[in-house]
Amino acid sequence: MSFPLLTATAAVPAIGAIVTAAVPAARRTAAKWLALFFSLATLVLAIVIGVRFAPGGERYQLTESHAWIADFGVRYELGVDGIGVALIGLTALLIPFVILAGWHDADPEETGSKRWRPTQGFFALILMVEAMVILSFEATDVFLFYILFEAMLIPMYFLIGGFGDRAHAGSDEKAATQRSYAAVKFLLYNLAGGLIMLAAVIGLYVVAGNFSLQEIAAARASGELEMATNTERLLFLGFFFAFAVKAPLWPLHTWLPNAMGEATAPVAVLITAVVDKVGTFAMLRFCLQLFPEASKWATPVILVLALISIVYGALLAVGQRDIKRLVAYASISHFGFIIMGIFAMTSQGQSGATLYMINHGISTAALMLVAGFLISRRGSRLIADYGGVQKVAPVLAGTFLVGSLATLSLPGLAPFVSEFLVLVGTFTRYPVVGIIATFGIVLAALYTLVLYQRTMTGPVKVEVARMPDLRVRELVVVAPLIALLIFLGVYPKPVTELVNPAVGHTLSDVQKKDPKPEVEAAK
Amino acid sequence: MENLIALLVAAPLLGAAVLLCGGRRLDRSGHWIGTLLAVASFAVGVLLFADMLGKDAEHRALHQSLFSWIPVEGFQADVAFQLDQLSMTFVLLITGVGSLIHVYSIGYMEHDERRRRFFGYLNLFLAAMLLLVIADNYLLLYVGWEGVGLASYLLIGFWQHKPSAATAAKKAFLVNRVGDMGLSIAIMLMFTTFGTFAFGPVLESTGETSEGMLTAIGLLLLLAACGKSAQVPLQSWLGDAMEGPTPVSALIHAATMVTAGVYLITRSGAIFNAAPDAQLAVVIVGAVTLLFGAIVGCAKDDIKKALAGSTMSQIGYMILAAGLGPIGYAFAIMHLVTHGFFKAGLFLGAGSVMHGMNDEVDMRKYGGLRKYMPVTFVTFGLGYLAIIGFPGLSGFWSKDKIIEAAFAYDDGIRGWIFGGVALLGAGITAFYMTRVMIMTFFGEKRWQPDESGNEPHPHESPKSMTIPMIVLAFGSVFAGGLFSLNESFVKWLEPVTQFEHPHPVISVPAITASTVVVLLLGAALAYVMYGRKPVPVTAPRGSLLTRAARRDLLQDDLNHVVLVRGGEHLTRSLVYVDHTMVDGVVNGTAAGFGGLSGRMRKMQNGFARSYAVSMFGGTAILIAATLLMRAV
Amino acid sequence: MSPVNYLYLAALLFAIGSTGVLIRRNAIVVFMCIELMLNACNLALVTFSRMHGNLDGQIIAFFTMVVAAAEVVVGLAIIVSLFRSRHSASVDDASLMKL
Repeated sequence: MSFPLLTATAAVPAIGAIVTAAVPAARRTAAKWLALFFSLATLVLAIVIGVRFAPGGERYQLTESHAWIADFGVRYELGVDGIGVALIGLTALLIPFVILAGWHDADPEETGSKRWRPTQGFFALILMVEAMVILSFEATDVFLFYILFEAMLIPMYFLIGGFGDRAHAGSDEKAATQRSYAAVKFLLYNLAGGLIMLAAVIGLYVVAGNFSLQEIAAARASGELEMATNTERLLFLGFFFAFAVKAPLWPLHTWLPNAMGEATAPVAVLITAVVDKVGTFAMLRFCLQLFPEASKWATPVILVLALISIVYGALLAVGQRDIKRLVAYASISHFGFIIMGIFAMTSQGQSGATLYMINHGISTAALMLVAGFLISRRGSRLIADYGGVQKVAPVLAGTFLVGSLATLSLPGLAPFVSEFLVLVGTFTRYPVVGIIATFGIVLAALYTLVLYQRTMTGPVKVEVARMPDLRVRELVVVAPLIALLIFLGVYPKPVTELVNPAVGHTLSDVQKKDPKPEVEAAK
Repeated sequence: MENLIALLVAAPLLGAAVLLCGGRRLDRSGHWIGTLLAVASFAVGVLLFADMLGKDAEHRALHQSLFSWIPVEGFQADVAFQLDQLSMTFVLLITGVGSLIHVYSIGYMEHDERRRRFFGYLNLFLAAMLLLVIADNYLLLYVGWEGVGLASYLLIGFWQHKPSAATAAKKAFLVNRVGDMGLSIAIMLMFTTFGTFAFGPVLESTGETSEGMLTAIGLLLLLAACGKSAQVPLQSWLGDAMEGPTPVSALIHAATMVTAGVYLITRSGAIFNAAPDAQLAVVIVGAVTLLFGAIVGCAKDDIKKALAGSTMSQIGYMILAAGLGPIGYAFAIMHLVTHGFFKAGLFLGAGSVMHGMNDEVDMRKYGGLRKYMPVTFVTFGLGYLAIIGFPGLSGFWSKDKIIEAAFAYDDGIRGWIFGGVALLGAGITAFYMTRVMIMTFFGEKRWQPDESGNEPHPHESPKSMTIPMIVLAFGSVFAGGLFSLNESFVKWLEPVTQFEHPHPVISVPAITASTVVVLLLGAALAYVMYGRKPVPVTAPRGSLLTRAARRDLLQDDLNHVVLVRGGEHLTRSLVYVDHTMVDGVVNGTAAGFGGLSGRMRKMQNGFARSYAVSMFGGTAILIAATLLMRAV
Repeated sequence: MSPVNYLYLAALLFAIGSTGVLIRRNAIVVFMCIELMLNACNLALVTFSRMHGNLDGQIIAFFTMVVAAAEVVVGLAIIVSLFRSRHSASVDDASLMKL
C-alpha cells in the first residue's frame, strides 16, 4: 500500500492542533512556533500533492478507501482532482500567514483575556480548522464530507466568539455582546444550512444505497441510477442551500459581515478565504456531479441570485463605514462572481471560478491582513477615524493599495485573470448576465478607491500622526502574498493547467459543451 | 530583431520595480535610474525603427511571442507583441516625449521628498503605455489600457495630502473604468463572435459576421475610447486631472495616454470600416468634444485647465478624423504626433511658469512674463503658433488635413456639417490660445504678495527643464512639415491603416484659405478682448455661457446630481434594506421563535393543579377525538 | 341490578375525585381524591371483569391496589417532609418556579 498522502496532509495540522493545545500555560511562544511549524509542514505536504498529481491522468488521484461505518455503507474515501489540489494548496498556503499575522492576537496581556491558555487555544483552533478544511477538499464520500462540513463550525465558532477584535468604539461588554451575537449568527446560519443538507444526504442514501461520490456519479452517468425529476431537484436544493449559506449567496449572506467584522483580521481571512471556499468547491463537486439535470434546471435562478450578489454586495460595500465590513461585502460580491462562473457551465466560466477561488483567497488575505495591521495601530475599525496614513506609513499604505487594486481586479494582478474568465465564460452563454455583471467592475473600483482615499490620503489626522510603519513580521506576511498576486496575474498557467482537465470532467458530467463562436458556427 | 520588442516594456518596468521596492536608499539616485531606463527604451525604439526603415513597406511588421498567458479550453490569451508602423509611431512618440519629460522632471521635482517614487510611477506609466501599443491582441492591450489608468491614478493623486488631488485621481480612475467596461464587453463580444481576440484573426475576418455585430463592437470600443481620451460624455475627469504635477499633465494627459482612444479606433479600423453607423457615432463624438473642449478652454482662468480643455478639443479632432475611415486614419495619427510635441511643450511651458510663480495657476495673476522668462516665452510661443495652425508650423499641416477630410466625409450635408464644425473649432482654438498667451506673457504684471507676504519672483527655469522645452519646440515647428514632405507620413502608415485621398465638397485651396482666415479672426478677437485693455485680476461675472463653461458646461453638476447624489441615496437605502429586511427576515424568524417559546414557558408554572388540568384537558380531547373518529 | 349502574357509580366517583384534585389545595385532600379516582377505576375494572366473564380486570385491580399502597407510602412521606420544611401542606406553596 502506498503512503497515504492525503490523510497525512490533513493529519499533520490535526496533530499540530493537539500538540499546540497541550503546550504548558507558561510556554506561549513555544505554542506559536509549534503552530507555525506544523502549518509549514502541511504546506510542504500540499506541495508534494501538487507534484505527485498528474493533471492529465485519472480524474481522482492519490485515492484512499477504508471501510468506516459498514452498516450504512459509509466509507473513509479520499481522492483529489485538479480543483481539490488547487484549493488544498490555497489553504495550506494561507494558514502560515494567518498564524503569523495573528501572532499577538491571543496574547493575554494584549487582550486582557482571563481565559485558560488563550494563546494555545487560538492557534490549536486555527490548525483544527485547517485540518478539517483540507480533509473536506479530499473527501469523496458524501457522508464524510457532510461530517467535516458541519464539524468545522465548532472551531470557527470559538474563534469568532472567543477571540474578537479588540478595536471597538464602545465598551468591552458591548464588544463581547456583539461578538457573541456574530458567533451565534454564524453558527445558526450554517447549522440551518447543514441540517437541510443532512436531510438531503439521507435522501441520497435512500435513493442510491451508498454514499460514495464516485460510485453514485458513475451510476448516474451510465443510467443505472435513475432519479425522479422531483427527487433530484429536492436533493439538489438541499445540498445547494447549505453551500449557498456557506459561500454566501444573496440573500443568505448577512452572517458574513457580522462574523468578519467582529472576528480578528486573521480569523476573518480564515472565514472568507478558506472556510467559505468549501461552499463553492462543493457546488462544483457535489451539486453538478450528483444532480446534473437539477443543476441545469436551477441555473437561471442561481444566476440571477449571483448577479444580485455581485451588484448588491458592491453597492453595500460602498455604503459601509467599517473597514472590515466593507471587505466582507466586497467578498459577497466576489462570491457572486464565483457562483456565476460555476453555473455558466462553460470551460472559461468554471476554470475562471476555480481560479477566482484561489485569487480571491490571496487578494482578500492581503487586503484584510493589512487592514488588520492598520486597525491594530489605531484601535478603530471606522473609516472616518483615519486619514493621511500614506504620509506617515508609506509601506503600509502601498501594500494596502496593492490589496485594493487586486480587489478591483486590475489587469496584471491575479484576480483580473479569473474575473475576466468568469465574465467571458458567462457572456458566451448568457450575454445579458455577463453585461450586467460587468457593472460590478466599476462598483469595485468605487468602493476600494473610496476606502483608500478616505483612510490613506488627505491631511494627516492627529490620531494617526505617530503610527509606525509595517514591522518586519508584518512585511513577511504581506510581501509573499503580493508577490503571488503579481506572479499569478502574469503567469497563471500552472494553476489553469491543473484545473482545466477537472473542469472538462465536470462539464461532461452536466453534458454541456462550450458555445461555438459565431464565425465557426456559421461555417 | 523582434526579440528586442519585449525590451521596450521591460526596461521601464524594471525601473518601476526597482524604484518602488528599492526604498529610501535609492532616494539620491532614483531619478537617474528612471531617466536612464526611459532613454534606454527610446534607444531600443530607435534601433527597431532603423531596422524597420531598411525593409520594404509590406514586410515591416515584427512579431514576438513570449508565452501563453491564460490557457483555458477554447480560450487562448498570449503575451505576444506586434510592432508595425502604427505601433512604431507610438513607440517613438511615447519613449521620445517620455524621456524628455523624465529629464524635465529631474528639475521640476527637485524639492519633492518623494521624487524617487514619482520616477517609479513615470516608469510604470511608460511600461504600461508601451504594452498598450505593442500588444498583439485586445486582452493584452486591455492590460496596458488599465495599467496606464493606474499610473495616471497614482500620478494625478501624487500629492495625496491635498484632498482635491486624491478626489481627482479617484474620479479619473472611475470614469475610465466606465470606459473600460466598454472595452471588456467588446472583447467578450469578439470572443463569442470570432473565438479569439488577437488583432490579426479578428480584423481579417470582419467580413464573416453581420454589420450589426460590428456596429455593436465598434460602439463599445468607442465607449472605451471616450473614457481614456476624455471625449464627451466621459470627459469630466480630464480637467480635474490637472491636480497632478505638471510633467504628468504634459506626458499623460496631453501627449500620450489620452490619445490611446485614437490608437484603439485606428487599430480597429477594419471593424469601423465595415460599420458605417459606428463610424458616424465616432465622428459625432469627435465633433461634439472638439467644440466642447474649445468652449471650456475659452473660459478657464487656470492655465492648466485651459490647456486641458484644449487637449480635449484637439483629441476631438483626432477622433473625428479616425471616424472618417481610410481618408482620416493617417491624419488622425499625424495630428496625434504633432499634438504630442506642441501640447507637451505648452504644458512644460506652463509648468515652467508655475515653477517661477510659486505654483500659482491663475492666469489673471500672471502678465508680462515674457521679460522674466525668455526661453519659456519663445518655446511656449512656438507651441502656441503650432497649435492654432499657423501656416508652416506642425499644427497647420496636420489640422488642415483633418479639416479637409471632414469636408470629404460625405458628398452631401454631412461633409458640410462636420467640415464646418472642424473649421469653427480652429477659430475657437485660435481665440483661447491667444487669450492664454496674452494673459500669461503680455500686458502688465498682475501678481501680488499672498497672505503670508511672499511675492513671487518670476525667473527662468533650470537647464534640465528648458532643454526639453526647446527640443519639443523644434518638434512643434518642423515635425508637421517633415511628415507632409512627399506625404511621407501617410505612405509610412498606409500598409497598416490604408489610405484614400479625400474628395472634399469644396476645393482644397478654399479650405486652406478659410482655415487661415478663421484662425486670424479668432486671434484678433482675443487680442481685442484681452490685449487692448488690462485684464482684471478677479474674474468678471461673465455671460451665462462663460459661467457655464467655467463649470465645464455643467456636466460635472449633472454628474453630481444624477450619479453621486443618486448613488449615495441608493447605497444608503440598500444598507437600510440589508439591515432591516434581509437581516430582518432572519432575525424576525428568530424573534418569532423566541416569543413563542416565551409563551410556552408560561405553561410550566410549578402548580401541580394546573398540570393536572392540562392532563385532564388533554385526556378529554383525546377521548373526544377517538369517539369522534369512531362515529365518523 | 344491571352492572352498568356500577359503571355509573365509578364514573361519579372518578368525577368527584378529579374535581377534588383540581380545586383543593391541601395535599392530603388531593391525595385522598387521587385514591378515590384510583378506586373508581378499580370499580370499573371489576365491573368489566364481571361483564366479560373473565378474571383479567380483577387481577389488574389487585395490581392497582398494590401500586396505590406503594404510592401512599412514598406520597405521604413526601407530604410530611414538605410540611416539615414549609409548615404548610398546600400544593400551591410547593412551586419553586420563576414565572
